[in-house]
Amino acid sequence: MKRTHGLPYTPMPATDPRVKQLDTRMKKEGYRPDALIEILHAAQNAWGYLPMPVLQHISLRLRIPPARVFSTVTFYHFFSLKSQGEHTCLICTGTACYVKGAQQLLEAVEQTFGVQVGEVSADNKLGVQAARCIGACGLAPAVVLDEEVQAKIDAAGLVAKIKEKLEAI
Amino acid sequence: MAAITIYINEQKIAADTSQTILEVCKANSIPMLTLCHLKGLHDIGACRLCLVEIEGVNRLLSACTTYATDQMSIKTATEKIQRYQRITVELFFAERNHVCAVCVANGNCELQDAGYAVGLDAIRYPYLYPKCDVDTSHDWFVMDHNRCIMCTRCVRVCTEVEGAGNWGVMNRGHQVRIISDFNTPWGESTTCTDCGKCMHACPTGAIWPKAMAQGQLDKFPEMIGELVEKRKLLTAGG
Repeated sequence: MKRTHGLPYTPMPATDPRVKQLDTRMKKEGYRPDALIEILHAAQNAWGYLPMPVLQHISLRLRIPPARVFSTVTFYHFFSLKSQGEHTCLICTGTACYVKGAQQLLEAVEQTFGVQVGEVSADNKLGVQAARCIGACGLAPAVVLDEEVQAKIDAAGLVAKIKEKLEAI
Repeated sequence: MAAITIYINEQKIAADTSQTILEVCKANSIPMLTLCHLKGLHDIGACRLCLVEIEGVNRLLSACTTYATDQMSIKTATEKIQRYQRITVELFFAERNHVCAVCVANGNCELQDAGYAVGLDAIRYPYLYPKCDVDTSHDWFVMDHNRCIMCTRCVRVCTEVEGAGNWGVMNRGHQVRIISDFNTPWGESTTCTDCGKCMHACPTGAIWPKAMAQGQLDKFPEMIGELVEKRKLLTAGG
């Protein structure tokens, strides 16, 4: 049967350093299909999320059916198919942080920057997420800003920190 | 691989350690309700209909994934098992949008048969009414997610028997869906070989050939098991 492919495959640009890095990683793993999760981790580290062409590239190189790659990516919450934004703000809403005012932090960020939880701002600068518990209850309310834990932070302090990050570039 | 003796419903039965309880039951004509089991595919214990009570085990185990051990004492039709089976079948119906009256598989559906087997007359749980797509992009077949029960027989037949790996499962919990390739339309699949084995393996009317009216669908799931047996015979140096 003649097919029109939904996702036409265009080879990844070999000049992209991220592609080189990914290819090196796959070679190092010996293109073993069971190294899929490690390779997806490496790809997400390089791109910040998992774009479709990257998934196609991995699927072809490791000879894993596309459906299985997609199953793995959608099963684990860690992997993301959408851009997370240049800066990420992860607000803990676990019990301790909630009691210490995580809700106010969320509202302050949402109102100041106009980004809803789980979404990314229109200019792709800031992504806001909420987590159940990041295991740092002694630091409540805790926020992870670009992989840096901000301990016992208040709404005004958090907004200032985020503004600092956004203006840095 | 050792000959053992087990007791099913107080009946003494000769079995082997390489057999699952379900295989022993099938071999000895002991009725067992199943949905995700299909001869020729490996068992995953997903549908939870083949539950059995085993002496010394305080929970119900699925017969298809539990191997027989020596002197095992098994009960297959207790009041508790029947109660659980009925709950499970009710939840199957409540989970997606199953409407037998308009389904191509009406009268030839394993979910419908399971409903009759447990004496289903009403469903006590609120329906979820999820929004499900119907994929008609393939030239010959339709994938209707409303009728899917996530037994993954199509996924297993496609990877294990056909070796194409077109089907997969995405997301988790109540958002799980069967997907083709990267959740792209089936008709645009780069892996599908159009063999139609998934259509035969499907226990409900989720995958069916086009140009088919209500109640017309006739499937041959036994074909999969026969195919696997024949392949073993024909490729064993013959």
